[in-house]
Amino acid sequence: MSPAVTTSSEATERAATGDVSSATASAAASAAAVAEASGPQTITMAKALNTAMADAMEADSSVLVFGEDVGRLGGVFRITDGLMATFGEQRCFDTPLAESGIVGMAVGMAMNGMRPVIEMQFDAFAYPAFEQIVSHVAKMHNRTKGAVKLPMVIRVPYAGGIGGVEHHCDSSEAYYAHTAGLKVYTPATVADGYRMLREAIDSDDPVMFMEPKKLYWSKDQVDLGALRTEHATNAATGSTSEGHAAVARPGTDATLIAYGPSVPTALAAAAAAAEEGRSLEVIDVRSIVPFDDETVCASVRKTGRAVVIAEAHGFASVSSEIVARVQERCFHYLAAPIRRVTGFDVPYPAPKLEHYYLPSVDRILDAVDDLQWEN
Amino acid sequence: MTISADHEAQGLAEARPDDTEPNDQASEVRRKFGISVEDYMLPARHQIQMVDPSGTLKPESEQGTEPGHEYPIPGDAELMAAYEQLVVGRRVNDQNSALVRQGRMAVYPSSHGQEACQVAAALCLSEGDWLFPTYRDAVAVMSRGVDPVETMTIFRGDWHGGYDPTKHKVGIQCTPLTTQLLHAVGVAHAAKLRGEDTVVLAMCGDGATSEGDFHEALNFAAVFHLPVIFFVQNNKYAISVPLSQQSVAPSLAHKAVGYGMAGERVDGNDLVALLAVLDRAVKLAREGSGPLLIEAHTYRMQAHTNADDATRYRQDSEVAEWTAKDPISRMTSYLTGRGLLDDDGSTRIAAKAEAIASQLREGLGEDVPVDPQNLFRYVFSTPTTQLKEQSALLADELAREASSQKEAGK
Repeated sequence: MSPAVTTSSEATERAATGDVSSATASAAASAAAVAEASGPQTITMAKALNTAMADAMEADSSVLVFGEDVGRLGGVFRITDGLMATFGEQRCFDTPLAESGIVGMAVGMAMNGMRPVIEMQFDAFAYPAFEQIVSHVAKMHNRTKGAVKLPMVIRVPYAGGIGGVEHHCDSSEAYYAHTAGLKVYTPATVADGYRMLREAIDSDDPVMFMEPKKLYWSKDQVDLGALRTEHATNAATGSTSEGHAAVARPGTDATLIAYGPSVPTALAAAAAAAEEGRSLEVIDVRSIVPFDDETVCASVRKTGRAVVIAEAHGFASVSSEIVARVQERCFHYLAAPIRRVTGFDVPYPAPKLEHYYLPSVDRILDAVDDLQWEN
Repeated sequence: MTISADHEAQGLAEARPDDTEPNDQASEVRRKFGISVEDYMLPARHQIQMVDPSGTLKPESEQGTEPGHEYPIPGDAELMAAYEQLVVGRRVNDQNSALVRQGRMAVYPSSHGQEACQVAAALCLSEGDWLFPTYRDAVAVMSRGVDPVETMTIFRGDWHGGYDPTKHKVGIQCTPLTTQLLHAVGVAHAAKLRGEDTVVLAMCGDGATSEGDFHEALNFAAVFHLPVIFFVQNNKYAISVPLSQQSVAPSLAHKAVGYGMAGERVDGNDLVALLAVLDRAVKLAREGSGPLLIEAHTYRMQAHTNADDATRYRQDSEVAEWTAKDPISRMTSYLTGRGLLDDDGSTRIAAKAEAIASQLREGLGEDVPVDPQNLFRYVFSTPTTQLKEQSALLADELAREASSQKEAGK
């Protein structure tokens, strides 16, 4: 059955006329269900991401969500839950099972006035789309000297820690970060899930939005109303979290630099170190591309010691790039070589072996112990 | 959309009693074309050819048409406008090849011999429609109205593209094979969602039909029922590899039925037949009949590019055979015979072709200064901090180089 043919006439009319008022009402109802209690409430990152897409679709009729199983099912992780019901089959729909097709079609849609938000079901399932991403998504703006912008978001549930089978747990961020022309975001907190996905959808540049799948069900108290207001204010003033790392935990003795799924591990290590009397600062990179040299280096200059933590293999990785950048900029402030705690240079292991592979609190604390402390 | 017979045979129609679409399509096809949905999707038994290589109009019964696959001869004005572009296209191809030989252009994949396909692909479209060309389709791009020198910038070497795709609704001349077909699908999909009647024509070659994106694009276009025409120029070679090593399908047009779309074969050196087939394809797509796959039989008369040596993989006799089927001499003879073309007309068209050739010589001959800072300007909408740093690094390097040259010159 073809969605384009069988979609309700209401949705057809909505899309055809660009009128989102009817969609707005239902989206607002759905958003209200989340935000009905104004003020802080406990939600998951999955809900934050879902709300970000619903709010973006409500605000702009050119925002479309499509991919594999994102429609009726609401995505295998339920991140797109309810979007088809709320916005109609023309604005949130399932595609044939073909990742290059999904990305390539999104390129054409973005060329022609839409803002597609597409889902790659799992990190390793995005590889068939690699040519479209590298040869077109990343290069279209440059080769046309800005005449063609591709405001599209490619959402990639990535990394491990969920006991997943092969091809479901890859940390693929380095492939994208290495490609000039792609922005690469990865949220580590529930609030950033909302904040950064809205910003990615607003961006006129293509964004690889790397979602740490083990954090989908992490919960936090957030005030969605306040986040919406913040988004509106930032959009009006051009302020953004793109290229801005965050100090996730302040400290004075050493800096732990982490992103995405490794941020909670780094925070746990910092908490454990505090009990032993060592004050660790944790930096959440958030935006891998563009990278926030300033915040990261300010912290390292202050503490004089650093450990970079990432799930991905260490060789030729984002973590090696961070070490190189910090070393180039902070060499004379360093009391010890920068250490890294990363995944081993092996294919992502089977579920019963993944705990040996993943950066752990103990492994981070061992690395911190190695930072040439005088006493 | 799928064929009803299969669904019913598998009991799927019963499983989804509300899904009457397959039957609807079959009855719609029967109502509109008087044939079964299978006969609509399968190409006619023979390629459509209207004017033979000698320039003689074939009898209607020998044109390859069949019930439901009927093609009226295009009007005189359309034929004359297309002929003019055809002559210009040949001149453009040969001028560009000459510029490569003179070292003024790095490379040029010529469509010499395929100009009828180039012209028809551009002229069948209306103003609001989109064209998605490949690297060999410069003549199609120009026929669509893009400035010749802007078109050739990609081969001049100072930037990867020279025209604004949105201005003329012409995608970039795409190098990674068939990746542009999906962009065509996306443009058509976006237009359909907005209720616009845009038709998109996407070009590729015979070798490209082996690529994965060819399959994904055709399937997406069919599933979303989009007005996309996939136009395959079967020029018999993918650099050196012949079609027999790409596919053993009865024809490339036969692939259409596997996706649930209509396919047709046409003589790619017969401009009259090409216009007839593509005009109808555009009309059907615009009316909502879904995507179509058109295979044009033509021949790459020259090597893949100047860097290629075609004598290593094909015989001169084969090339000579196709010289006799040249699209221009055929059309000249046909139009002259019809009294539509006389010496004055030929002179006027030749002068126009010469003017464009001269424009290319001038535009590509001049040494256009490049701006090294353009390296950083367009990677993103706004350069990142890192790109600003790298831009400053290069600017500093160039400033020091300039000052040391000035010093040495003193």
